Amino acid sequence: MRLTSIVKTASLIMATTALGAMALPAMADIKIGSSLSQTGPASFLGDPEAKTLTMLVDELNAAGGINGEKIELVMYDDAADANKARTFATRMVEDDEVVAVIGGSTTGTTMAMIPVFEEAGIPFISLAGAVVIIDPVKKWVFKTPHTDLMACGKIYEDLKKRGLTKVGLISGTGGFGQSMHEQCLSIAGDYGIDIVADETYGPKDADMTPQLTKIGATEGLQAVVNPGFGQGPAIVTRNFAQLNIGVPLYQSHGVASKSFIDLAGEAAEGVRLPASALLVADLLPDSDPQKAVVVGYRDAYEAATGSDVSTFGGHAYDAFKILVAAIERAGSDDPAAIRDEIEKTSGFMGTAGVVNMSATDHLGLDLTAFRMLEIRDGDWTIVAD
Amino acid sequence: MARLSPRAATLIALAAIALLAPLLFPSSFYYRIGALIFINGLSVIGLVILVGFAGQVSLGHAGFAGIGAYTCALAPVHVGLHPALAMVLGAAISAVVAWLVGRPILRLSGHFLAVATLGFGILVYMVLNNESWLTGGPDGIAVADIGLRDLLRDYDIKVTASQLWYWLGAAALLVGAFLALNLQNSPTGRALRSLHDSEVAARTIGIDVARMKLTAFVVSAVYTSVAGSMLAMMNRFVTPDIAGFMHSVELLTMTVLGGAGAVFGGFVGASILTALPQLLTVFEEYENLLLGVIMMLVMIFLREGLVPSIARRLRRGGSK
Repeated sequence: MRLTSIVKTASLIMATTALGAMALPAMADIKIGSSLSQTGPASFLGDPEAKTLTMLVDELNAAGGINGEKIELVMYDDAADANKARTFATRMVEDDEVVAVIGGSTTGTTMAMIPVFEEAGIPFISLAGAVVIIDPVKKWVFKTPHTDLMACGKIYEDLKKRGLTKVGLISGTGGFGQSMHEQCLSIAGDYGIDIVADETYGPKDADMTPQLTKIGATEGLQAVVNPGFGQGPAIVTRNFAQLNIGVPLYQSHGVASKSFIDLAGEAAEGVRLPASALLVADLLPDSDPQKAVVVGYRDAYEAATGSDVSTFGGHAYDAFKILVAAIERAGSDDPAAIRDEIEKTSGFMGTAGVVNMSATDHLGLDLTAFRMLEIRDGDWTIVAD
Repeated sequence: MARLSPRAATLIALAAIALLAPLLFPSSFYYRIGALIFINGLSVIGLVILVGFAGQVSLGHAGFAGIGAYTCALAPVHVGLHPALAMVLGAAISAVVAWLVGRPILRLSGHFLAVATLGFGILVYMVLNNESWLTGGPDGIAVADIGLRDLLRDYDIKVTASQLWYWLGAAALLVGAFLALNLQNSPTGRALRSLHDSEVAARTIGIDVARMKLTAFVVSAVYTSVAGSMLAMMNRFVTPDIAGFMHSVELLTMTVLGGAGAVFGGFVGASILTALPQLLTVFEEYENLLLGVIMMLVMIFLREGLVPSIARRLRRGGSK
């Protein structure tokens, strides 16, 4: 008896939820979809992105929406699982009937969703890093973050300026590290950089001394570059200082957050990395055209969420602003019209830099958007160009 | 009324669900969920053979899904094989690998298979993750289109990808269920079930226990490999997560939740664990909590799994 009542109640609850989910009235005027990795291994990307989007939608609706029409944000958590992301992409297109989608926190989820949006003809702005998302150009796909290719370029530029050409690479074997490692190898020649050592470490390794010892022993070594993400680079930085290798160490934009400095401690002194201006908003001179945007976003985000701003949330900010401007210009919520307007985005100042998109460039950022930072006295400083 | 055999009843029920469910679909997104249920169901039927019939536990079955999926991704590019044929190749590779892994292990009794498969699954995941020159690494790899929709379009039949895979998945599930049900009632199936109850007793009546277990393991590996291939072809994209430990656990949970002893139970388990997360997105952050609570309740109150427990209660109620 008890059992039957439990089963009955359970099925009743499930049935009502199902009905409730289906019976939600379509009150919103403009529906924007989003699938982000709010939980799981990439939550450090998805969480600030989701918070940023929620904040911006509330802000926009409070101010009257786009051309008088309110925005409804349909948001799902794919937990960085490509299969789930694909399912949510189908759901957003077939069931929620959104007019545009922001998201895909990781390259894997983004690539899994792309075929759905390409076929349905829904504009899609990805927040993931790898260059494969927009190269080759896909009609309906755009992205806002810098690519790993650009990060390597920025680092190599700085190396050349300092007259350093013999470089050792130590890369993480996670998605970010592998992708950036490949890009760094592919463009080394263009900058006259000679890769003299090339080592890797696993994402959960707790000690990189053997790899660094090998790199340190390489003849003629002038600098070390560490493409990687998460805790690995902090351990590399500590081991690097312990071994006293005595050449400059470069990290990637993947560690551009305050927690990296906290993790690496004193070993982080003198480490350089390319990063967006968001991290050093206060250090920018008032004459800098990006200052107003990055300070504005940072203050709003920190006031709304109470947590530190990160560049990842900034990518969501840029994507949302580009999309809203495109919908405004299109004057309708027709996905094709929105797509055409996104492609015409020019002179947009975002947290990642100036965006000038075109039919052949669905990212539209150049290297000037990146700042070279150096860690001094436990804080970021801008390296003068 | 002539009573249907349980075998026919299960097949008719599955076919009826597949045919009638689309009438209730509010949008074509639900075809995608249906397709996922059928494909997961196929994997789970394989596990029903291993766990339910033979009483062995595998913690690395996602490894076979990974082999099936990546064969479909890689064989068309490197060998020029059509993806559908690559699925057959993947199944063959999975069978050979399962045989090689299972043969030494299954001579031992106890939970050695669980430990060995755990290691095997992690090994497949690591290879897919780290050998990025071949597999694309953690960012995943695209899978060629099977071209069936273009073919249908030539005959003026327009279907969405989700609809196509719904019907392909349903067909595969029915074939899989048919084979599993036949196995269940064959001498091999009876031998498997006897060693599930007592290995010693099975041995005394002359059953080659090690060989039987190995058969069940290889067959279940082929089921999961085919399901992995179908998932890859449907998504046209695959990441190493498909071979991850969590996916293994997910498949095993589906099997146990629905009731490992019955083919239909496997299907019910797959349906619930595939559809429920979609339903629970309404609750946002409480999604995982509710999923966990539902599974715990089933395990506490319906220990044999949903289908056998409920069937038993119904029978008892009816005979009163």
